[in-house]
Amino acid sequence: MEKRVSKVGLDFAQVDHAREVAGRIAQQVQDFVEGYTTVAVERTICRLLGIDGIDSNEVPLPNVVVDSLKGKGLLGEGVMYFMGNAVLETGKSPQEIAQDIADGKIDITQLPMHPEEKIRTALDKYINETVAKIRARRQRREEYIATIGEGSKPYLYIIVATGNIYEDVVQAQAGARQGADIIAVIRTTGQSLLDYVPYGATTEGFGGTYATQENFRIMRKALDEVGEEVGRYIRLCNYCSGLCMPEIAAMGALEGLDVMLNDALYGILFRDINMQRTLIDQYMSRIINGFAGVIINTGEDNYLTTADAYEEAHTVLASDFINEQLAFAAGLPEEQMGLGHAFEMDPMLTNGFLYELAQAQMLREIFPNAPLKYMPPTKFMTGNIFRGHLQDALFNVIGQWTHQGLQLLGMPTEAIHTPFMSDRYLSIENAKYIFNNMRDIGEEVEFKDNGIIKNRAKEVLGKATQLLENMENEGLFQALEKGIFADVKRPKNGGKGLDGVTLKGQHYFNPFIELLKGKK
Amino acid sequence: MSEGLYSMEAKDYDKTLDLTKIKPYGDTMNDGKVQLSFTLPVPAGPEAEEAAKQLLKKMGFNNPMVVFQQQLTEGFCFMNCYGSLTHTVDYSSIHVPKVESDKMDMHECDEYIRQNIGRKIVIVGASTGTDAHTVGIDAIMNMKGYAGHYGLERYDMIDAYNLGSQVPNEEFIAKGIELHADALIVSQTVTQKDVHIKNLTELVEMLEAEGLRDKVILICGGPRISHELAKELGYDAGFGPNTYADDEASYIAQEMVKRGWK
Repeated sequence: MEKRVSKVGLDFAQVDHAREVAGRIAQQVQDFVEGYTTVAVERTICRLLGIDGIDSNEVPLPNVVVDSLKGKGLLGEGVMYFMGNAVLETGKSPQEIAQDIADGKIDITQLPMHPEEKIRTALDKYINETVAKIRARRQRREEYIATIGEGSKPYLYIIVATGNIYEDVVQAQAGARQGADIIAVIRTTGQSLLDYVPYGATTEGFGGTYATQENFRIMRKALDEVGEEVGRYIRLCNYCSGLCMPEIAAMGALEGLDVMLNDALYGILFRDINMQRTLIDQYMSRIINGFAGVIINTGEDNYLTTADAYEEAHTVLASDFINEQLAFAAGLPEEQMGLGHAFEMDPMLTNGFLYELAQAQMLREIFPNAPLKYMPPTKFMTGNIFRGHLQDALFNVIGQWTHQGLQLLGMPTEAIHTPFMSDRYLSIENAKYIFNNMRDIGEEVEFKDNGIIKNRAKEVLGKATQLLENMENEGLFQALEKGIFADVKRPKNGGKGLDGVTLKGQHYFNPFIELLKGKK
Repeated sequence: MSEGLYSMEAKDYDKTLDLTKIKPYGDTMNDGKVQLSFTLPVPAGPEAEEAAKQLLKKMGFNNPMVVFQQQLTEGFCFMNCYGSLTHTVDYSSIHVPKVESDKMDMHECDEYIRQNIGRKIVIVGASTGTDAHTVGIDAIMNMKGYAGHYGLERYDMIDAYNLGSQVPNEEFIAKGIELHADALIVSQTVTQKDVHIKNLTELVEMLEAEGLRDKVILICGGPRISHELAKELGYDAGFGPNTYADDEASYIAQEMVKRGWK
């Protein structure tokens, strides 16, 4: 192993120890996760078998299929078992069978059961088609990057949020021409709490646009067009946190998305989704994102919008360690881990910039291969757009200095409205100016021994290590119940979506885990 | 996550672009969104906010919104505001007079003059009247130029004379006669109380009185000068912000050829 050198004076033995503790915490979670499935995981399998579309009441067919099993108390046996048998029995495709279930023509739990070993191979054709399709999507991205190229890191990441996918296209293409590398389409308010994924192109949404497979397709095409025009591959980002986490990951993998918000804990803390449900769902979604070459983003930045950014900085680091270990457990490589953190300290704090710099450099060194996702100031954006633009500038200085991976650009109009086209322009100009003008500052400047910066890094790592040690004793579930992250307390059996969780039955199988996990 | 603050506004207006009725664009066609900052001479507080909203309504804004206020000193309140403009303009009927010449860079200009005029052309420039600012005329005339555009002194085929600032119109004309100027360039930076208009007009009247007006190409430039204003005042061309020595050299050379001057 190469010798690790720390600019902020980190004790790497302590880093290794913290990582081992986090690994054991993640393993406890993993032992639980592997015994269960959820409605979302089963709907994901439907989608991976090629089932798409809606019934006459606009219920998505994956929901129709899964609800038909759940209604009979057979969810735990899984979609693969009954669908495989139905394909053997009827000779029809999963899509045709799903349609027949919607039309009330068939009950796949009542068919004569074929031998289990036949059932297990009955769907191979459909499985292989999907795997090949996702692999082709990944190769397409790699080929684009090899031929037309990509922006340099930190990638400039902007959001569009008009509610209308066609208007989003106008905004996204304008942003790409102005220099953005990643376009995130913010979802409409409340989509994370829907237990289904809406269907088709959508033009109405509040504060964002529905994540649908058709909307993914429309935006992917628009970004490919503008990417060819500007000579830079433009990445597309969406959000799979919520009750449909693995389903949206599957749709993203099929449509060539590049970045997905896919935090293990975010839904629990900020959307009050049941912790068992989210932890099971994140496993499947990260397996898919790993295989598809999608960079996942984690949402630690959100902790600091509710808790104090100076006092609670160590919770961000502790959570990054856990998110990393859970991602490893799902076979996701470091190069796809957009672990999150944020520039959220009160701008009136004396030397706040130094603390932020210390923490950003510390994370860079602890996760050297991860494309860290750095979030801009939001909590102390006041409507004073001029000061806000300066806060964003300081944030950009640190992004370049400490080699962050994905720089989510702050907007001067944060806290006022979703960005105008002109807001994005000003923010991109701000970042490009600073990134270029200060390009190599990180290689030129060293930090003083026993100074503010080194001491801050040491303090945060120390507190994070202690927190992880305490969590190992209690377990992640108990820690979440006690409100360790973001000052938010969540009961293990509370929150939304628990009734969609079930123990795996004796016939249960999910071949996608074996086929996709840790593979390319 | 981090979805920020949501815009919960309904967007139930016509979202198609109509060039006869354009209005500002925020993030949706015809949303009319405008950002404004100003200071009111009153203390910060709810009354200041209400006053700002009433002003915005008088300016033609719907949904006026004050997003930030800060007392600057006792009795003065700075505000950032947003609103949706109700006014529109007919873009399709707009006609803006522009200088009609092809822009050439320094080397192209020199080559053009060599080919088409066959001698060096003489350009005399000054900041005239009471205006003490040389920044404008220097940007055009001096060797170094401005913002990557070399000044006229650097052109091989131009004899450029920079008379500096506060040059009386009489002296400017006398120097032009002495040097056999093909073109006169007047720079005006100070525009308070429209002092530049008076001064520019006086120069044209004096040239006409001496029968010289059609013997030179007369142009003016400055941050508040437009081509339209220059034509109104009796100049051949006007150059406003974001124009440089090569814009003026290109125009003068092509105008001389058009007039058949050798």
